[in-house]
Amino acid sequence: MAFGIEAEKEVIMKANKKDVLTGSYYIDGDVAAAYGAIAAGCKFVGGYPITPSTEAFEAFVHRAPYVGGITIQMEDELGSIASILGAVWSGKKAMTITSGPGFSLMMENIGLGAMLETPFVLLNVQRSGPSTGLPTQAGQADMMQSRWGANGDYEIIAISPDSPQEMFDYTIKAFNLSEKYRCPVMIMADECVGHMTEKVVVPEADKINIEPRRFYKGPKEKYLPFKPDKDLVPPMAKAGDGYKLHISGLTHDEKGYPTFSQTPDTKRLVDKIRLNADKIIELNEDEIDDADVVVVSYGITSRVAIRGIEQARAKGLKVGNLRLVTVWPFPEKRIAELSKKVKAFVVPEINYGQIVYEVERCAHGNANVVLVPHGGGFVHNPEDIFKAIKYAAQEKKKVEGIIEHKTELYRLIHEKNS
Amino acid sequence: MAKKKIEPHPMENILRMDRIPHIWCPACGIGTAVTSFASALEKLKVNLDEVCVVSGIGCTGRVAGYTKVDSFHTTHGRAIAYATGVKLGNPKMKVIVFSGDGDIIAIGGNHFMHAARRNIDITVICVNNFIYAMTGGQVAPTTPLTAYATTSPFGNIEPPYNIPRLAEACGAVYVARWTALHVRRLTNSIVEAIQKPGFSVVEVISPCAQYYSRINRLGDGLDMMRFYHDNAVIKHNEPTENLDIDYQKQIIMGKFIDREKPTYIERYNEWLSESKPKKK
Repeated sequence: MAFGIEAEKEVIMKANKKDVLTGSYYIDGDVAAAYGAIAAGCKFVGGYPITPSTEAFEAFVHRAPYVGGITIQMEDELGSIASILGAVWSGKKAMTITSGPGFSLMMENIGLGAMLETPFVLLNVQRSGPSTGLPTQAGQADMMQSRWGANGDYEIIAISPDSPQEMFDYTIKAFNLSEKYRCPVMIMADECVGHMTEKVVVPEADKINIEPRRFYKGPKEKYLPFKPDKDLVPPMAKAGDGYKLHISGLTHDEKGYPTFSQTPDTKRLVDKIRLNADKIIELNEDEIDDADVVVVSYGITSRVAIRGIEQARAKGLKVGNLRLVTVWPFPEKRIAELSKKVKAFVVPEINYGQIVYEVERCAHGNANVVLVPHGGGFVHNPEDIFKAIKYAAQEKKKVEGIIEHKTELYRLIHEKNS
Repeated sequence: MAKKKIEPHPMENILRMDRIPHIWCPACGIGTAVTSFASALEKLKVNLDEVCVVSGIGCTGRVAGYTKVDSFHTTHGRAIAYATGVKLGNPKMKVIVFSGDGDIIAIGGNHFMHAARRNIDITVICVNNFIYAMTGGQVAPTTPLTAYATTSPFGNIEPPYNIPRLAEACGAVYVARWTALHVRRLTNSIVEAIQKPGFSVVEVISPCAQYYSRINRLGDGLDMMRFYHDNAVIKHNEPTENLDIDYQKQIIMGKFIDREKPTYIERYNEWLSESKPKKK
């Protein structure tokens, strides 16, 4: 590439000492996420209070003045996400924090963020829905919305942490990914992780890697805001530096000027994530090599699943655990690969089926796919996951489509009605 | 024959000449508003690197695409919220929100109210053409009573917003209104508004010959200009409660509000210097 930074060259930067409160803490996941954001160099949060994410916003507001940051409580979520997009374009690292209903309000501007290739982080501490739902209780039903919520074609990255420590670590990772791929990165946490209080170890600043913003470095008059580097990501400039940027939500060319037809840039919005998926995806695998059944889970459910898996293993069943740390982009290749080796996938999630559809799609009919659904409100009973594993291990025939495991809750509802 | 030298456009340094011709219809007032804005920037002699235009969606929303400064064409209604982020992200920027009445007062009304309340240091230039023109002439929250629009085919029954009054009530520090005919005064007002620290609002009454005038049979652009000439009166410091615009009646223009208030960033810095947060 002529101008702009070399895409291949890794720039390793360390966190700023001032931003990192090294030590070990007993804090909840929301607060840990705020600390992570600050450690990552986030200097702006536009937020709007919503249960169960408020603590993260509050923690950031309290710490921001000490690290040269600024926060604003906007009049609504539409405003809070629009304000962070503005702050990013004037050079700040920025984040917004929300939950279900607020997340829904943000959709249009998530699309704008994707279209403008704006790096920002969105923390969604999921609660139960639809609508107001159960504001103080967990849910995992915004997963598809995070992927497809705004109109049009675009790709985002979503991470699903399962503990306060991970809320800290993966918030930093989210910022790094957003800077690297210039796209919205969503931390799809849930109420349990957000409100769970555990030990969180904040490492020393020089142990934290920070991805710097990819600022353009060539001659000003030759800058094209949407001319990509080799890895399909264009270097960025910020307002106030004399680039005379024009940044538009209309379909645009490399210059940023509106066009009257699709341009290669629109395709690039999806390709820059899809073609880099292998570099982005992070999975935690456990005893997967000789497994008959693989449990695929994410967020708090992956911690609940461990109990069910242990129970099954105690009974002599060969169960592997595949935890999705990054949910989007989806690990299509890995699931396809495993589907040829295993009998079945068991997918517990706190919704009535979202990520399970992805698993089914990628299994290509090679393995059974068992959904362990759970309405929002609280987490699975590990017993249900264990029973689903047991069923999946015993089922000899190939079943088309998704097999819904009848949980205790399901029985309660249906016995009552019949 | 000697080749005739092509003279550069006098506003070449402020307009994106590579995007001209623009999309606005003949007789539209938005171009006039942009010219006034460009003249204002020239008069102000500001560093153009530090000027930023944020627009929403609509006819006036296209302004960002024609001004050769850092310019953002954002989502419908969110221009002020976006501008808030730009301003707080880089307080040395002079941020101008240039958008229409539908974008700022209808879908973006909440952001208008709250940015004024916070006294965010931005300038809002609101081009009011009484109608949604980009989508083909629908009724707007600024359409005068009884005026026709495609979605008020029997005459508008909703009382319109009085933009200066709304701005004053919400806390704006500078409020003025001019028509697209009064370019010299409009330019001066934009100069004052940009210089004014705090949330300043300049309403520009603009003809929409293609939709508003056509549906209401008010003639072409020239007729609208003639109407402004005959019916617009200057009354500086007029109480904003008198500034309602009735259908084809007198339009009161002038500078109505010019007051001092600390801006959001001034308050924040004051708090910072008082509490001196150093360690935590």
